[in-house]
Amino acid sequence: MNARTHPIEAIAAWLLALLWLAPLAYAFWSSLHPAAYATSFSLSAPWTLENYVRAWNQAPFGRYYINTVILVVLILIGQLVLSTLAAYAFTRFKFKGSGIAFALVLLQLMIMPDVLIVENYRIIGKLGLLDTIPAIALPYLASAFAIFLLRQTFKSIPQELVEAARVEGAGPLQILWRVYVPLARPTYVAFALVSVSYHWNNFLWPLIVTNSVGSRPLTVGLAVFGAPETGVDWSIITAATVMTMAPLLIAFLLFQRQFVQSFMRAGIR
Amino acid sequence: MTGRSETLPATSRKPRSQAWWNAVNAWLLLLPAAVLLAAFTHYPILATIRQSLYFTKRNGTEVFVGLDNYRAMAADPIFWKALINNFWFALGTIPTSIALALLMALWVNRNIRGRGFLRLAYFTPTVLPMIAVANIWLFFYTPDYGLLDQLRGLFGLAGWNWLGEPSTVMGCLIVMVIWKEAGFFMIFYLAALQQLSPDLDEAAAVEGASRWYTFRRITFPLLMPTTLFVAINAVINSFKLVDHLVIMTKGGPSNASTLLLYYIYEVAFTFQDAVYAATLTVVLLVLLSTLALLKFGYLDRRIHYQ
Repeated sequence: MNARTHPIEAIAAWLLALLWLAPLAYAFWSSLHPAAYATSFSLSAPWTLENYVRAWNQAPFGRYYINTVILVVLILIGQLVLSTLAAYAFTRFKFKGSGIAFALVLLQLMIMPDVLIVENYRIIGKLGLLDTIPAIALPYLASAFAIFLLRQTFKSIPQELVEAARVEGAGPLQILWRVYVPLARPTYVAFALVSVSYHWNNFLWPLIVTNSVGSRPLTVGLAVFGAPETGVDWSIITAATVMTMAPLLIAFLLFQRQFVQSFMRAGIR
Repeated sequence: MTGRSETLPATSRKPRSQAWWNAVNAWLLLLPAAVLLAAFTHYPILATIRQSLYFTKRNGTEVFVGLDNYRAMAADPIFWKALINNFWFALGTIPTSIALALLMALWVNRNIRGRGFLRLAYFTPTVLPMIAVANIWLFFYTPDYGLLDQLRGLFGLAGWNWLGEPSTVMGCLIVMVIWKEAGFFMIFYLAALQQLSPDLDEAAAVEGASRWYTFRRITFPLLMPTTLFVAINAVINSFKLVDHLVIMTKGGPSNASTLLLYYIYEVAFTFQDAVYAATLTVVLLVLLSTLALLKFGYLDRRIHYQ
């Protein structure tokens, strides 16, 4: 901590912050003004919600919202359940091949499903799941990152607590549920925030496997809606853009500290 | 970690069956995750490698062709263009965003007025979907009507097709990605700075060292592990960042902005050439594993130091 901050530095820091917010501020500004003002800034421009209404009516954004919410919830639940069980196996049990098994899990940290699009598309096709929400979710349900994170947390849990539960007659699953899971809560929260943000924003894989309104998440819906060949007004596209990012942005503003800490943990691994 | 397991079998009446029971339990717990990992990570990796060594005939039968697909790839100028673009993309985005991230972190770590707001402003782009970011920036770069051309207009300059000209397209995308990523890297520096002892700064101040000198000789060297860590992660990330290309440039004009993953996407889903897409994917897999090994090797060293 340094008490002396030169005024010029403070001004520079603020200018950079304003510059950093400018693209976002612009998006809000143009989405809230008539199309005629999208390209000509004027303080006297009238405010309007018309762009949002028209975006909402011109494309099934309601459906896209529902799809995205189903998608991120499905992925999160799957990831939490599967990784809790797997991390517990790696922490509590000594078994032959556990080292190799863990290395095979970690492989997914290097080679994420994001780059295996060609083969995964073929597999989803063979399963007959193309153009469904589970198709988007499946490759991400087993998360090496979540397993890794939870295993680390589980390992730090005092053995005395586990012993105490065992003495009281708790079986392996009861120990997991009553001792490990409650104590790993901060890790679950951190992972959940990262997972939800990642899959709310994910684009390439959903773009590949979805092909209709019924399964498209918001990001893909936005790309389809905003494609230049549709000839939609710029202000309406910015309104749709704001709608796409708003829920996450609001969540971030409300839980800023929690978000920053979660992203930090996610990055450090 | 040590010792505890060795005492167990001595007290256990049936050590062999105990070990067997442990293994059964563990594998049952692992099973769901293992099946999905095998289906969507391990099998696809192997299938991709296998596919790259085969050629699919029109009637669907596959013929082993050895390295023929790789020879074709080596002769494909677009592949090389994409790879070189990836290099410039990484070189353009990473050092600048790391430098900005460090600057941001130093500022936010100080007693500066409104640091909460500053941190918020710097970090916000990180939580936005790349596709929304691309939409916003697409407008800045629109010829004639876009923000950039309007600014040029103020100086009496004619409009410029920023994303439509091979000479400017990469630069434009690089600026956008720097904006998106700098705040993310900032938080790692922030975490590292908060671990540094304030005594160091004070000692330097007592010795009469200038702020720049303190930074150059003390703070920056101490942050070196963080810098390396962020840099490796940033390189890995730069291979995965292609969402924006789909709506901004489609890799154009004349492949001036294409990146390896985007080219794979195009080959597989626009040109419908699964074999060649697999061959290209193998290159990406090799690059990513090399980087990951570099990262884990480096992380291991750091753990040993502690």
